[in-house]
Order: sequence, then structure tokens, then C-alpha cells
Amino acid sequence: MTDEMSTRKINSFQKQKNKQEMQRMVVSFALMIIFTLIAFALVMLEVPSTYVIPIILLLAFVQVGFQFFYFMHLKDKGHEVPSQIIYGGVFITVMVALTFTVITWW
Amino acid sequence: MGMTSAQKRGFGATLWDWLTTVDHKKIGILYLAGGGFFFLLGGLEAVIIRIQLMSPENNFISAGLYNEMITMHGTTMIFLAAMPILLGLMNFIMPLQIGARDVAFPFLNSLGFWLFLFGGVLLNLSWFTGAPDAGWTNYAPLSIQSPGHGIDFYIMGLQLSGAGTLMGGINFIVTIVLMRAPGMTYMRMPLFTWTTFVASILILFAFPALTVGLFLMMFDRMFGSAFFDAALGGNAVIWQHLFWIFGHPEVYILILPVFGVFSEVFPTFAKKRLFGYTAMVFATFLIAFLGFMVWAHHMFTVGLGPVANSIFAVATMAIAVPTGIKIFNWLFTLWGGSIKINTAMLWSLAFIPSFTIGGMTGVMLASAVADYQYHDSYFVIGHFHYVIVGGTVFGILAGLHYWWPKMFGKYLHEGLGQISFWTFFVGFHLTFFIQHFLGLMGMPRRYWVFLENQGLDTGNLISSIGAFFMSFGVIVFLINIIYTTIKGKKAPRDAWGSGRTLEWTISSPPVHYNFKQLPLVRGLDPLWIEKTEGNEKMTPAEPVDEIHMPNGSILPLIMTIGFTIASYGFIYQTGNKYWLIAVYSGIAIALICMLTRSLKDDHGHHISKEELERVGD
Repeated sequence: MTDEMSTRKINSFQKQKNKQEMQRMVVSFALMIIFTLIAFALVMLEVPSTYVIPIILLLAFVQVGFQFFYFMHLKDKGHEVPSQIIYGGVFITVMVALTFTVITWW
Repeated sequence: MGMTSAQKRGFGATLWDWLTTVDHKKIGILYLAGGGFFFLLGGLEAVIIRIQLMSPENNFISAGLYNEMITMHGTTMIFLAAMPILLGLMNFIMPLQIGARDVAFPFLNSLGFWLFLFGGVLLNLSWFTGAPDAGWTNYAPLSIQSPGHGIDFYIMGLQLSGAGTLMGGINFIVTIVLMRAPGMTYMRMPLFTWTTFVASILILFAFPALTVGLFLMMFDRMFGSAFFDAALGGNAVIWQHLFWIFGHPEVYILILPVFGVFSEVFPTFAKKRLFGYTAMVFATFLIAFLGFMVWAHHMFTVGLGPVANSIFAVATMAIAVPTGIKIFNWLFTLWGGSIKINTAMLWSLAFIPSFTIGGMTGVMLASAVADYQYHDSYFVIGHFHYVIVGGTVFGILAGLHYWWPKMFGKYLHEGLGQISFWTFFVGFHLTFFIQHFLGLMGMPRRYWVFLENQGLDTGNLISSIGAFFMSFGVIVFLINIIYTTIKGKKAPRDAWGSGRTLEWTISSPPVHYNFKQLPLVRGLDPLWIEKTEGNEKMTPAEPVDEIHMPNGSILPLIMTIGFTIASYGFIYQTGNKYWLIAVYSGIAIALICMLTRSLKDDHGHHISKEELERVGD
């Protein structure tokens, strides 16, 4: 059957893609662990908090990115609607946090 | 359906079927029944409030009981009546409109319903020992200091039913994203499906704020934390923020689905395509988006400062724009249409002016300076009853009359329907229109009594008389339901003869797998397209083949009972630590159910091709 041929072709293409995907996952996973280690190290080395807090926040921000785009597949095709909904959620959370900071706690 | 009604089943088997059902249509009906019950309860509370306020310095109920009455009226109507009834309509209709055989997570759907029901029952059981009495908004520090267990019931009851609603919202989102029939692109979805989708997104984003707020309140009341206790460094205003970050989107959760209902009713009975479909969709999104930016307009008098107040005031007024777009689109849909007036249409037509009045007073309230005058007066009561009753309740009743033939296979009686409409409609305006003026004359909300000869006597009497008219309308509607169930006229597939969307292509009531073959959708209003081309039926998108359906399960019910026992334990463990046993055993029951669900494979069942062919369509 011709169908089988084409599925096999797709499969080899799919395999290639899966392999790439796996590599990216492993890399981002390793990076996330390294980031966490850096964060712990900075605190344990007693670096002044004026430096530690922004650095940790930055690392956290990047980690959230990894989490969303690699582990939750937001970058993939066909995930547009879930991504939009997550961006919406992020937007609302940030806005609420901002408002609390500005009008309640400031 | 033909098969099940042919072989008469015993009461026990029927009961078991309903307790274990995961069918979106049955769960929809359960939601409607549960929500309807709480609607009657909330209505009873409203009538008691109006009797108390019928004459000056009345002594019908005591001051404490009055506080409980207003709190439970608001809480019941919002959380346990309006929202579940809407979820019921969404549950039943939305999958039919997109050509799906069930929702994405049938088990979760059932769990969501039972959590709502038991949350509601738990909250109402507080009547026996003292109901919550800090208003439906439950502001700290009043709620922190309220003695007894009333507020604890409020916290746990809403936590349970809120979890159920959140599950429902997630379920609808996934269903609409993943389960549309072939050809049903986003911009071909009926408006009711769109508004279900947007309202579900609102549920997803708004309810966590309530959950967090309730947890903080729970820890303050039960475990000695001080989130809202200014004496210990807390901040009572945080509760108001959290409550309204949830609460404002909540009112859009209540109104958007009925906007969808009207957008179905008008085109059907005007025999015209909905005017400005695209604008309607974008207006819905715009309302949802702005709905998250305006919560602080409930808090203008808290002292947020002029800058914050102005920002929120402007954002609030902006909402009038997309809402206005919608109002005009409905009017243009009617314009030049071949209009048929029946009960569903009457409710929809009455909605337009009633809701517009509510919207107008909304813009008045949005003005922060003027709000200092209106705040906590009967003007506010008048305003939000105009939007919630004139909008949501009218919409629910329009939707029920419109889809009743689809849901139960019988038409609601037209004469009785019109009697209930006119009495309720007149009663509604009698009750609430005058309240705007009572508020402007200085009558504060939530007060147990008012004094004689302050110009408030006649207004309050008129308002109370209106409440009786509304009650009469509701009773006639109940009689109508009973009459229809016994003697109602049978409805064909396309019950109104001018249906446009997919739900009118299948039998009334639908078979439990909805569609024998999934339909091919060729555009907006797919049934109408087929009709214009002279086709009697939809073109199928697939050959007749085995249908895979989920199995029923009793686990959601048991799980919910577990959570309810645990909630009881949490409420009473403050007095006696032995109640912790209830907490642990309740949670254990729930966890065991979750474990069973996770470990036991349940692949559902298949309806064979032979059976499908035997049943016919």
C-alpha cells in the first residue's frame, strides 16, 4: 500500500523531530538545574541581597520561560489557543500583583 | 432514548443512573434542577426581606435574622442559583451546538456538579445553627469577628461549590477548543458557544482569586492567622480586593452566557441572521477583558486615592461601549425581520430596555465622585437587580423557554408562559425601579428597619408589592413545568421551525450519543445553510460507525461526600479537636476515590454499528 510508504516517511521525519525535541528538553532541564544551583550558591556565599534578589528573580523568569515554552509546549504549532489563555492568565496575575503593590502596600 | 423508555426501569435503577451519570445532557438537567431549587430558596429569602421592609419599623424578623437573610439571599442567588442554571444550559446545549457527543472530561463534569450541589447544601445547612451574617461580600473585619459558625459555613460551602464551578469552566474551554465538529471553525461557532467559551475563561481566571481569599479567611477564622487583622499587621482591604477581583468578573460570568442566549433567540424568531456576528464576538472578548480591569469600582469609598479611583472609573465606563454594540446589534437583528412573538421572545425583548436601564445606572455608579453619594444605598440595590434580574434571570427564562423542547421533547405551555412573563416583568419593575429613588432619598442598604415619615414608606410598600408579583410569576412558571411534563405538546427536531444551529438537527430530546454521524459544518448557522439549499438534513462528515462513549461512575459523588465530611470537620474542629477525625476521614474517602479513579482503567463503552442502524436516526 502507498499509505504505508508515506506513513513510514512521516515516521522517519517525526523521529528526527522527536529527537531534536528531546535534546532541547534535556538542555533546558540541565540549564534549569544549573540555574537553581546558582541561586542556592549565591545565597550560601552570602552575596549582598541587593544583588541576590534581582539575580534570583531574573533566573526565575528565565526558568518560567523554559517551563512554558519547552515543557508546556507553548512554542509548538497547534498550541495557539492554550498559549493565548496562558498569556491571558499571566497578564491578569501580573496586573493584580501590580495593583496590590501600588495601591495597597506602597 | 427510545430504547430506555420502551423498557420501563425500576425507581432504583433510574436513581442509580442519575447518580452515576456522566452524560452532559443529564448533568445539565441536574444543574438546572439544583440551581432551580436554590433559586426558589433565594426567592423565599427575598420575599421575607421584602415583608420585613414593607412598613416602617416592622418586626417581622429580628435584626440578626435579617442580616442572615440578606447574606444568604445574595450568596444563594449568585453562587447557587444563577451560575448553576447557566452552567446547566451550557452543559446541555453547548456540546450540541458544536457537534460533539459529550464534553471533554465527562467524569470531571459530574464531579463539578456534585461539588456545587453539596457546597450549596452545606451552606444552607447553616440555617439550623446560625447562617452567615456579614453580607454576601463577607467583608473583613466584620466577618472575622462574627460569632458562631455561620461564616465558616460560608467559607467551606463556597470553597466546595467554587471548586465545582472551576472544573466546569476548564471542561468547557477544552471541549470548545478540541471537540468541534468537522468544518466548525471558531468563527462559525454559534454565539451561545462563544459566550460559554469566554465565560469559562473568566471562570478560570476569576475563581482562583476567590479560592485564595476564602483560604485566607479560613486560616484567619480557624487557625489563628491574621491576614485581615490590622491589629496584628494584617490588612482588611486585601479581602475586598480579592473578593472583587473575583466578584467583578463573576458578574460577567453571569451576563455573558445570557447575551449568548439572546443572540440565539433573536435570529431564530426574527428569521434573520444575527446582525454583526464578528462584532458580537469581539465585543464579548472586550467585555471579558475590561471586566478584569474594573474591580476597584466596588471600592471607591475605601480610600484608594483619586488616581486609582479615576483609572477604575474610566475603565468601568469603557465597558458600556462593547455592551452598547451588542444592544444595537440585537436591535438591528430584529429590524426588518419576520418576527414571531412567544414567551422566549418576550423575555428577550423585555431584557433590552431593562438591562439598558441597569447599564445606565452602572455608568452613573462608575463616576467615582457621584459614587460617594450612591455607595451602600438602595440605588446600588436597584442597579444590580436591574442587571442581574433584568439580564441574567430574563435570559435564563428566555433560554429555558427556547430550549425546553430540545431538552425535554415538549413545548412549555404558551399561555402560562405569557402569564408568568407579564406578572414577573411588571413585578420586577415595581420592585426595583422605585429602589433607585429610595436610595437617592438616603435609604441605606442592609438596614433592618427604616423610620416612619421620612418619605420611604410608600416606596418600600410598592417595592414589596412588586416582590409578590414576581413570586406569582415564578409559581406560574413552576405550574407550567408540571403541566408541560404531564400534558405538554411534543416537539419535533427543529422545534421552532426556524432553527439555525446544530442542536435543532437532532431529535428532541437527543439520544445519549447526540449525533449518529458527526455533521459537516459548511458555515455560520449550518442548519440554515442546509435549509436554504433545500436539504432536509445535515451532510454527515463520517460514515456510520461505532461510537465510543464514557461509562458512568459513582466515584464523583462519593468523592464529594468525602470533601463535605471534611468541610464539616474543618468548621467544628475550632471548638472540639475530635472533629479532626471528620477532616481526616473525609479527606481519606476523597483520596481513595481519586486513587481508584487513577488506577482502575475505564475505557468506556462502544455503541455498535448494528445498534445504531437499528435505532435509525
